[in-house]
Amino acid sequence: MATARESARRSTKQGAEPHVGIPNDQLLKMYRDMVLTRRVTDRMIALQRQGRVAFFISGQGQEATQVGVTHAIKRGTDWVFPYYRDQGVCIALGMTARELMLDLFGKAEGPCSHGRQMPSHFGHAALRMVSGSSPVATQTLHAVGCALAAKLRGLPEVCITSLGEGSTGQGDFHEAMNFAGVHKLPVIFIVENNGYAISQPQSKEMAVKDVADRAAGYGFRGSVVDGNDIMAVYQTTRWAVEEARRGHGPSLVECKTYRIVPHSSSDDDRRYRTRKEVEEWVKRDPIDRFQKYLLGAGILSEETDEQMRAGIEEEVTDAVRYAEQAADPDPAEALKHVYAHQPTGFP
Amino acid sequence: MPAFVMPQLGESDVEGTVLRWLKQPGEHVRADEPLVEVETEKVNVEIPSPFEGTLTSVLVQEGETVPVGATLAVIGAATAEEMSAVPPPVPTPAPEPAAVTAPPAAARNGATPPVPPAVAQPDGGRYSPAVLRLASEHQVDLNRIRGTGMNGRVTRKDVQAYIDSGGLRGAAVSPPAVVAAPVAAPAVELPQPATPPPATPAPAATDEEIVKPSATRLTIARNMLRAAQSIPAAWMVVEVDVTKLVRLRTALKEEFERREGVSLSYLPFVIKALAETLKEHPMLNSQWRDDQIVLKKRVNIGIAVGSDEGLVVPNIHDADRLSIAGLAHAVVDLAERARTRRLRLEDVQGGTFTLDNTGVFGSVVSQPIINPPQCAILSTEAIIKRPVAVDDAIAIRSLMNLCISFDHRIVDGSHVGPFMQAIKRRLEAYGPETGVY
Amino acid sequence: MPVRSVLEAIRDALREEMADDERVFILGEDVEEGGVFRATDGLLEKFGAERVMDTPLAESSIIGVAIGASLNGLLPVAEIQFADFILPAVNQLISEAAKLRYRSAGDFTCPMTVRSPYGGGIRGGLYHSQCVEALFAHVPGLKIVCPSTPYDYKGLLKAAIRDPDPVLFFEHKKTYHLLRGEVPDRDFTVPIGKAEVRRRGDDLTVFSYGLAAHYTMEAAERLSGEGIQATVVDLRTIQPLDRATIIDEAKATGKILIVHEDNLTGGVGAEIAATIAQAAFEYLDAPIMRLAGPDVPAVPYAQALEDWYMLNTDKIADAMRRLAAY
Repeated sequence: MATARESARRSTKQGAEPHVGIPNDQLLKMYRDMVLTRRVTDRMIALQRQGRVAFFISGQGQEATQVGVTHAIKRGTDWVFPYYRDQGVCIALGMTARELMLDLFGKAEGPCSHGRQMPSHFGHAALRMVSGSSPVATQTLHAVGCALAAKLRGLPEVCITSLGEGSTGQGDFHEAMNFAGVHKLPVIFIVENNGYAISQPQSKEMAVKDVADRAAGYGFRGSVVDGNDIMAVYQTTRWAVEEARRGHGPSLVECKTYRIVPHSSSDDDRRYRTRKEVEEWVKRDPIDRFQKYLLGAGILSEETDEQMRAGIEEEVTDAVRYAEQAADPDPAEALKHVYAHQPTGFP
Repeated sequence: MPAFVMPQLGESDVEGTVLRWLKQPGEHVRADEPLVEVETEKVNVEIPSPFEGTLTSVLVQEGETVPVGATLAVIGAATAEEMSAVPPPVPTPAPEPAAVTAPPAAARNGATPPVPPAVAQPDGGRYSPAVLRLASEHQVDLNRIRGTGMNGRVTRKDVQAYIDSGGLRGAAVSPPAVVAAPVAAPAVELPQPATPPPATPAPAATDEEIVKPSATRLTIARNMLRAAQSIPAAWMVVEVDVTKLVRLRTALKEEFERREGVSLSYLPFVIKALAETLKEHPMLNSQWRDDQIVLKKRVNIGIAVGSDEGLVVPNIHDADRLSIAGLAHAVVDLAERARTRRLRLEDVQGGTFTLDNTGVFGSVVSQPIINPPQCAILSTEAIIKRPVAVDDAIAIRSLMNLCISFDHRIVDGSHVGPFMQAIKRRLEAYGPETGVY
Repeated sequence: MPVRSVLEAIRDALREEMADDERVFILGEDVEEGGVFRATDGLLEKFGAERVMDTPLAESSIIGVAIGASLNGLLPVAEIQFADFILPAVNQLISEAAKLRYRSAGDFTCPMTVRSPYGGGIRGGLYHSQCVEALFAHVPGLKIVCPSTPYDYKGLLKAAIRDPDPVLFFEHKKTYHLLRGEVPDRDFTVPIGKAEVRRRGDDLTVFSYGLAAHYTMEAAERLSGEGIQATVVDLRTIQPLDRATIIDEAKATGKILIVHEDNLTGGVGAEIAATIAQAAFEYLDAPIMRLAGPDVPAVPYAQALEDWYMLNTDKIADAMRRLAAY
């Protein structure tokens, strides 16, 4: 059996090979998901600056990781336990721009929480994306439990959970890894390593260079992959998913990427990182990179690209208009769903 | 620090007057050691201290009259272990084995250790919300209810029992009573339609002099007013031929006084006849309470004793069980102690019928006022020799009028007539063969 | 009717529910071997290692994994070996289990049961004796059950396992073998959220639960011989509280004593007292009294200190007498 380090190198190498086994229309869909994610989040930033929404948080720059991972799973069968930057995961899973905007505006129709949670606490029952909270890394244990149930029930389901590298300091992450390793559960930990936990650089979060090294300590594979290379992310995750589905246990996939925007609408990243550093990463923007590849490979034409982007603009504009006008949640509903059956309250 | 309060000594007490402090501030006082002499109701008593400790301060001076429940003095705690009257809100009371084995009665009557029974009422005797709600819903006058809770507090169960016993209707139609007020609220705050509040008396005119009545006088005043206002009294006179009784008494008098050390008046004979008749006619040995007639099983006959202070009515308890000689002793004893103000609390409590000897004043007919809440009062008038027709002949006989005032709610003439006739028969039946033992 | 100890009643409930519904499975520390209190004894042999599962010694993972499993069609019964050790899992319980239904407006639910022995009286010291129910009673979304009789242990555990929401099922460890009672062999449940009036009297009403409810019944029987008649209400469920019964029974006597082993400040008694003060003020005939554990961080170890901390029949009877006399 290969060691985790060997597995990591191997999977990274595998990921470096371009689009092997990925049909062209899926490549185009992945590209569209990335662009839609970017345009949706661009518009969200604008809405927050216009004062039309209270809060916004995203992972711009991490689209290749989010979309690539999600395309590697069987949507509707596999379970997703995302974290708060995962707009790309949501869109790749099948959430619409309208649904994301409804969530942003806190509307009753919003599928994530129906106006109960802050934006970006994603969840979607029909898409098997499980609602999460704000304390970080808690969802990793839910993914493990969900995978345990799949295993006990003999279901071919795989659970994906994503988190930032900063969250890997949490005990829950380590307990989740340990439990998954002991019981060889079909769960994949996606670490979206964007180099910062809000303002803290990775060096202040851990003493190792790669989070993937952690996996060896829990007895399973850890891979490091270029998180801005969507095909590498896809291939690595795809391999991990298949391993999991075959009963070979969990994997950790660390995607090295970069958040090119501040942590949230309340954050000023100029306090903790240089413009030069950000500009360097903007030059490596995963969407531009994938666009160049698709154009160069003749899979995408400039004309198709323009048409697609025009359609996305329309979709996002429609989504904002729709969401802004949608009904607010009714306070009379706010007492519901504490329990399945509302207990008799105070007389 | 425990407060020592004006106790509720008698059923109708609303206030009491401090006559004399038996301890001075700074002095140590043992539990149950006499602390103060108090004049209240128709009695004055020495009140023993409920606590051991140091008399820290005296709040009511000699001669001052204060409502029941008012703090008279503060007694410094003997030890830190002294408990307050209110159950302490501590999470875990220290185990108290003594309390665990306390007799049931103690637990029920509020005497549960460690709370001494005469401690100040919690919160100055406020009623609990439950008590106020029940009283309001059923229009109950709480002053009519005797509390069984801690320090005589009126409990929810007390009110409920009162309501269940039918008391609510009585309370609704009767004027407010000045009895058994278990609160420190001054009597003047009670609604009394016909009584101007004594708290704001009119000043004396130039041709007047104000005499401040004693506590006894005030109590008499209130009770008489209450009786006159609340009891629909009827009146009856019966003439009794006591010629044989006079002869009998004359024959026994000297020998009796020599043997017994007390004089033999007519009173024991009357009491004896009265007690026996009351046993025969229990309706007259009763009281009207909340639309119910309460028959009293004991025959406790009150004897009106006059003094400078006013009228005192100590009782001969279970008078029906005493011989004429026994009654003679009891009468002399009570009269003596009444005049020397040495009556005990129990002497003035629990009377069921009152006997008033107005004859000593030469009266031949009088209309006594009923002593509430009793059913009736009987007066014996002066014995006078008069010519009367006996068997169609004129004879000189010793005659005495018996006057009775009775509560017409309880009894009618048809009850009282036979009752009076029965007494008359008994008095007229006394003769040489009558024994006094 | 068979007589069962509390522990046997719990084991019966687990076995019956596992036999009746294959979605039910147990996870926790040492559960395969039967658990430190033997509550899961024999279940591994009967149902296999997939349904009676040892976990790593990490409480947050026990709860977090149970939440995840409950999301995916199973009915986990997680055992936290001692209630004292539930604290590392508090975030999973409060941030996650309690809020999952609410934050998704009913799209995701957490039909999970967490069993945990609590309470003192077995020389468990600070960290094997705590009552933690009040910590969670402040959290809407969780249900909290603290039974006192073997019958209720069985009926309420079955109800908890079948409940669509997360239930913290606290078992007073001193009662495991101490209390025995009739428990039907057949299937039955006791409804969560319903208090039980164990006896009626018109002098005072005592609210309690768990071991304290047992002692309270003993005290009430003793006082009955002294002429004090107490109503004793066994709350059984701490969250959601059966406010209707609490208010009704408080109104009936107007004298309220609340007894719990958990320490006083911020305890369940405070909520009951506030409920009564708000909804039954005009029926009160005495101050609402509480008899609870002292406000020290936990139950100390030495016998003398543990005895000082713990409630017993004498302490409760004494408090009842004081209130009755008021």
